[in-house]
Amino acid sequence: MNAFASSPGAGGLSSRVGGPPSRGRLSSSPSRGRGSSLRTWRLGERLALIAAWAAGLSLCAITAAIVLYMGFRGIQYLRPELLFSRPQASLSQAGSGGFLDPLLGTALLTVIGIAIAAPLGICSALWIVEYGQGGRARQALTRVVESSIEIVAGTPDIVIALFGLALFQLHLLAFVSFTASGGGVYGRSFLAAGAMMSLIALPPLFVAVRDGLLAVPAHMREGAFALGKTRIATIRRVLLPAVRSNIATGVTLGVSRIIADTAIVVVLLGDVLRTETQGGLPGLSLLRGTGSTLTSYVYDNSPAGEGAAPQKAYAAAFVLMVFVLLLNLAVERIARAHSRSGGFAAGGGIV
Amino acid sequence: MTRSAPPLAGPADTRRGRSIPARALERLRRPWPDSRAGRTLGAVSLLACLCVAAMVTFVAVRAWPIFAHDGLGWLGPGGSLSTQIETMLNASTDAPASAYRLHVWPILYGTLLITTLAVLLAVPLAVLSAVFIVELAPGPLRRAMVPVVRLLASVPSVIYGQIGILVLVPFVGNHLITTSQRVALESRVQLTGAGLGVAVVILTVMIAPIMVALVCEALGAVPSAWREGAAALGVNRLRAIRALTLRAIRPAIVAATVLATARALGEAIMISMVSGSVFFAPAPTDGVAFFYEPLRTLASTIIDNHEGIGSPALRSALYALALLLLFSAFVLSVAGYLIKLPLRRYGVRA
Repeated sequence: MNAFASSPGAGGLSSRVGGPPSRGRLSSSPSRGRGSSLRTWRLGERLALIAAWAAGLSLCAITAAIVLYMGFRGIQYLRPELLFSRPQASLSQAGSGGFLDPLLGTALLTVIGIAIAAPLGICSALWIVEYGQGGRARQALTRVVESSIEIVAGTPDIVIALFGLALFQLHLLAFVSFTASGGGVYGRSFLAAGAMMSLIALPPLFVAVRDGLLAVPAHMREGAFALGKTRIATIRRVLLPAVRSNIATGVTLGVSRIIADTAIVVVLLGDVLRTETQGGLPGLSLLRGTGSTLTSYVYDNSPAGEGAAPQKAYAAAFVLMVFVLLLNLAVERIARAHSRSGGFAAGGGIV
Repeated sequence: MTRSAPPLAGPADTRRGRSIPARALERLRRPWPDSRAGRTLGAVSLLACLCVAAMVTFVAVRAWPIFAHDGLGWLGPGGSLSTQIETMLNASTDAPASAYRLHVWPILYGTLLITTLAVLLAVPLAVLSAVFIVELAPGPLRRAMVPVVRLLASVPSVIYGQIGILVLVPFVGNHLITTSQRVALESRVQLTGAGLGVAVVILTVMIAPIMVALVCEALGAVPSAWREGAAALGVNRLRAIRALTLRAIRPAIVAATVLATARALGEAIMISMVSGSVFFAPAPTDGVAFFYEPLRTLASTIIDNHEGIGSPALRSALYALALLLLFSAFVLSVAGYLIKLPLRRYGVRA
């Protein structure tokens, strides 16, 4: 019926991970007053308690293990020159250079993705919350928008990547990448990958801003209307400043989605080691060019890819992990600074 | 944007002498009337719908040749999938109909197998952890758990894959697989350590945080008066959790499971790294060795073969797999929405 049906199995786990300390901790704190002494509990209930402690502590243990292991490997293999040298095609690990290009590729993709996703997410949230209460037709339309963003959130990134490839191989959109000599459009470039990255970043951004707007008390809007402000002026002068921290949270979550994504990069960025420009115009040539990011660098250099340079993969993964940790810290700081509970409101950007 | 001509556009008419772009700029600069602002925001919002529609259309159009040649028969078993993919890869632009023969049952089975096992492991882990976080953990530990779960959810899948392939796979290959298992399966597949077991374990860790977050949120929304009532009746804490709290949030648990299933189905990179990437259907009859047998999933097959996407036959095959993923993601998201409907009564908006 519920999870406790499976407590014997999980209870077995507890004897390894968190059994004894948890029992000691709880029996030493009967003063919490809820329920009576553990001694009166049935065996199944005690096992369930131990299993719950074990599950919680094992999540902590796994996280700690991942962070510590990556940190250990990173310190072992990361050299400053790796950060500042470009990758080289070479068979030996000594000659294959660093990962400056992937680092810049990650930054560029993040900028493109957020530049598209932020206005889209903020506008959608504003429209749904502030303009959604019109007639029945408009309500239906806002529902459609909301559920399509939900569908985008549920779509696997590999499907989004294939969609991007199909979209940007249209002749109409050939300017995004380049046309090969045979007449086919290549369809892979920073611009194409960045545009699809914006789809990855859109849902958390939208949800963060929408929830922020919903939490703004109605009297703030009413006060602005009473002063004769129009709806759009209220948005600009009252609501957007009020949800600034939510926008920051949303953007941070979007960034962490983008830098963590691999499938889109592997399919849509050409999967070449060094950043290659396309065409003559400075700036645009870079956007139309192909390259790599930290994630695809790790993927290619692990035994799964061609490179098989695990030490460099570890070093790049460490840098990636540091970024992820910093972004998590930022989300935490923003939530705390604005005294929101810091809990999992609306999935805490996880879902 | 310039399409709307609100009635209060008076001042612009007095400047007929200026060029059209200048007039348009002028109109944009003045405070916007609400109707135009609403229309603009609405138009931008509708881009999301457009994206979804375009996604379905593009993927379906490119997958069409597979359907045209074999209807839904490509979902069934038959033949060797690696030979079929090879044929597709080598087929030229005007591929013969035989090049479109595809039977994806092994990877379909692999996907269902990995997803089911991972979800079965993740549900108890996540529900117990969520109960621990919300109901049992002492204050400081509870405050520490939220960032921990969030961090676990935001670790990139490529890092999970890397840890899997460089740490867990060699461990399984060197210490867990016995020689007799290797010999017994030698004729069918080579056991390296990369396979079902490692993939399921890592996938469980990847999807558990999503479920923990959703279940925690639902647990937090259960009115505390209910708990107090139970305590007043002399029910101990754990029985109250089991009989009251968990029962109240049953829809949330199911919805979280559905969402986690969707996430597990679409995982490509990690599985492509740790699952051995061999077209092989693990057989439960092999005993423990079942968990060491390599396999492929829908998503990891796309990643593994994306370089051959220039070949028209293989392209339509990969897009057909993507369409299948898209369809199941859509079904799961609708299911999740329907299951969550009763939750809105408690004011949970997830």
